Amino acid sequence: MLDHVQRFGHQGLSVLTGFGRAGIVLWQSMWGAPDWRAGPGLLIRQLYFIGVYSLVIIVVSGVLIGMVLALQGYTVLVRFGAESALGQFVSLTLLRELGPVVAALLFVGRAGSAVTAEIGLMKATDQLAAMEMIGVDPLKRVVRPRLWAGIISMPILAQIFNMVAILGAVVVGVNWLGVDAGSFWANMQNTVEFREDVLNGSIKAFSFGVVVTWIAIFQGYDAIPTSEGISAATTRTVVHSSLAVLAMDFLLTAVMFGVD
Amino acid sequence: MYSRSMEILVGAFMLLGIAALAFLAIQVSGLSLNPSNRDTYQISATFTNVAGLTTRAKVSIAGVTVGQVTAIHLDPMSVRAVVDMSIQKQVDYLTTDSIAAIKTAGVLGDQYVSISVGGAPEMLQNGDVITDTQSALVLEDLVGKIITTLGTNN
Amino acid sequence: MTSSWIDIKDLNFSHGPRVILNGIDVSIPKGKITAIMGPSGCGKTTLLRLISSQLKPSQGTIHVAGVDISSLNREQLLIQRRRMGMLFQTGALFTDLSVFENVAFPLRVHTDLPERMIRDLVLMKLHAVGLRGARDLMPAELSGGMTRRAALARAIILDPDLIMYDEPFTGQDPIFVGLLRHLIRRINQTMACTCIIVSHDINETLSISDYMVVLADGKVIGHGEPETVINSDNPHVRQFLQGLPDGPVPFHYPAPDYFQDLELEDA
Ligand SMILES: Nc1ncnc2c1ncn2[C@@H]1O[C@H](COP(=O)(O)OP(=O)(O)OP(=O)(O)O)[C@@H](O)[C@H]1O
Ligand SMILES: [Mg+2]
Repeated sequence: MLDHVQRFGHQGLSVLTGFGRAGIVLWQSMWGAPDWRAGPGLLIRQLYFIGVYSLVIIVVSGVLIGMVLALQGYTVLVRFGAESALGQFVSLTLLRELGPVVAALLFVGRAGSAVTAEIGLMKATDQLAAMEMIGVDPLKRVVRPRLWAGIISMPILAQIFNMVAILGAVVVGVNWLGVDAGSFWANMQNTVEFREDVLNGSIKAFSFGVVVTWIAIFQGYDAIPTSEGISAATTRTVVHSSLAVLAMDFLLTAVMFGVD
Repeated sequence: MYSRSMEILVGAFMLLGIAALAFLAIQVSGLSLNPSNRDTYQISATFTNVAGLTTRAKVSIAGVTVGQVTAIHLDPMSVRAVVDMSIQKQVDYLTTDSIAAIKTAGVLGDQYVSISVGGAPEMLQNGDVITDTQSALVLEDLVGKIITTLGTNN
Repeated sequence: MTSSWIDIKDLNFSHGPRVILNGIDVSIPKGKITAIMGPSGCGKTTLLRLISSQLKPSQGTIHVAGVDISSLNREQLLIQRRRMGMLFQTGALFTDLSVFENVAFPLRVHTDLPERMIRDLVLMKLHAVGLRGARDLMPAELSGGMTRRAALARAIILDPDLIMYDEPFTGQDPIFVGLLRHLIRRINQTMACTCIIVSHDINETLSISDYMVVLADGKVIGHGEPETVINSDNPHVRQFLQGLPDGPVPFHYPAPDYFQDLELEDA
């Protein structure tokens, strides 16, 4: 019994120190004077690898999910003769929930794991130590551009996801299933609120971006510098980030759209 | 360290993001860039029953949205529900004998306030109250009535 | 004896429960080439990392050029390190940069030199390590020895006051070992910098070092001029220098009895 309590306390402490280390990494890499001599090149490079590289999977998944939503929504709505509400159904589902969440989960798999593996490998091959020996802080030089690139890319990817998904739904709903285009759009515009739905969805995407990128850089920076250590860290990035996204989604939904 | 094409692609990526946001704002949420729509004036209407109506519900004339419900509260004197609405400024032809009705979009849709304009010479001003109203149709009451009618017929 | 550049006092270091260094007291002379020798796994790399403050001592102090480096904060430490160069055992080239950009990296981050001058400086150092023709290769396209040479060029590009070489001779062909010995001497003389060389190769080390420190079992078992150390009658030192497999210095990582481990006891 005492043993259990002790083990529990031990785990609690190690979780706490983990959060502490993660907080320090976030703090030290996020703020401070920008590296003027390096210019915007470092950030642009990471925006390219983290943002642009994720675009294909985001667009393809977005179109497919939009098409599926339209198909499913139509079969239900048509029974009530309410197929003109298809636009409203698809866009509210996407803007409030599915867009930010699915885009974030795709982002974790595509960019988060890559960031962890890259930073972990740089640590394992002494590149981070070598950088420190040259007198350059790897948190600023290596971690910071990746952190900001992730934070900037995530909301952009989520909005692109929403746009292509709605367009995918238009193709299936209007062009194939024959929902009237006028009522499709009018219904959508009547129910979707910019502040309530579009902005809140963007805030969600932004929060997911911060947390996912934070987890990814921390797991890489904190990885045990061996092959197993890096593979474990990559797995942790995917698992922790996915759970964090889903848990945060629930909390944010409760705060934003909860019963008032 | 980074090439020109990388710069261009990142720029395109950012622009695509902005385009997506604009699309969602204008085409999907119907946000109007016309600032005059944001100038509004306030009127209210009293109902005996507003069941199902919520704040931010649409206010429309002949099916065209002209405003939204800003607040719903109970008037303790008359024990009637007071619905505050903000109406777009350019809709300045609501006569004092206008009728406000709570309707439902489709069978199971959202509740909204529909205003029918009358023929009186005076126009509603900021802060005026519409008293000529039709309350929400409560489905349960309707079903109850039908059953009692059927009962007495037998 | 000349003035010392690095003063280590009562240094202890442990990785978790395992004590790696246990009471090191040693001074490293200024402007000389000091060799650190000792059996594999005795903590030579660890000592270099402590001197450059990549690791913090569990106990004791290290003064480099009169500054207690464990008292520095992160910013001060980064500034202090610009005056140190370190050749890592693995090379540690930045894999996303070409050989040229790797060597140019310290110049780009710490100086405002015009591009032409950077080019000339980098090519000079690359020429010195024989890799001028390999400037456009990526680190993944280099052999292990070439990687180490490129890393050496990067370590000396800022003309530091202190250069630490972690096993520079390992994995190099005999021609380059000769060249490297020459190069290390020349760097030491022309730049008047203090050099520390970690090595297993006794002959190579003896031929270039002015001072020698022998580690074993987490302790300094001998230090001084190479001749004095070689001729010392300390049995630990003799065993190591003569390469005898058995003696006071254990070749094995601490382990239970061999036969017991193989469960041959009863057989
Ligand atoms: N992260 C670590 N955790 C635990 N023990 C470690 C760690 N790193 C090194 N050690 C131990 O510290 C000891 C000293 O390691 P170090 O790398 O300094 O040896 P070395 O003298 O450089 O050996 P070599 O000549 O083989 O490079 C080794 O016995 C090793 O087992
Ligand atoms: Mg070593």
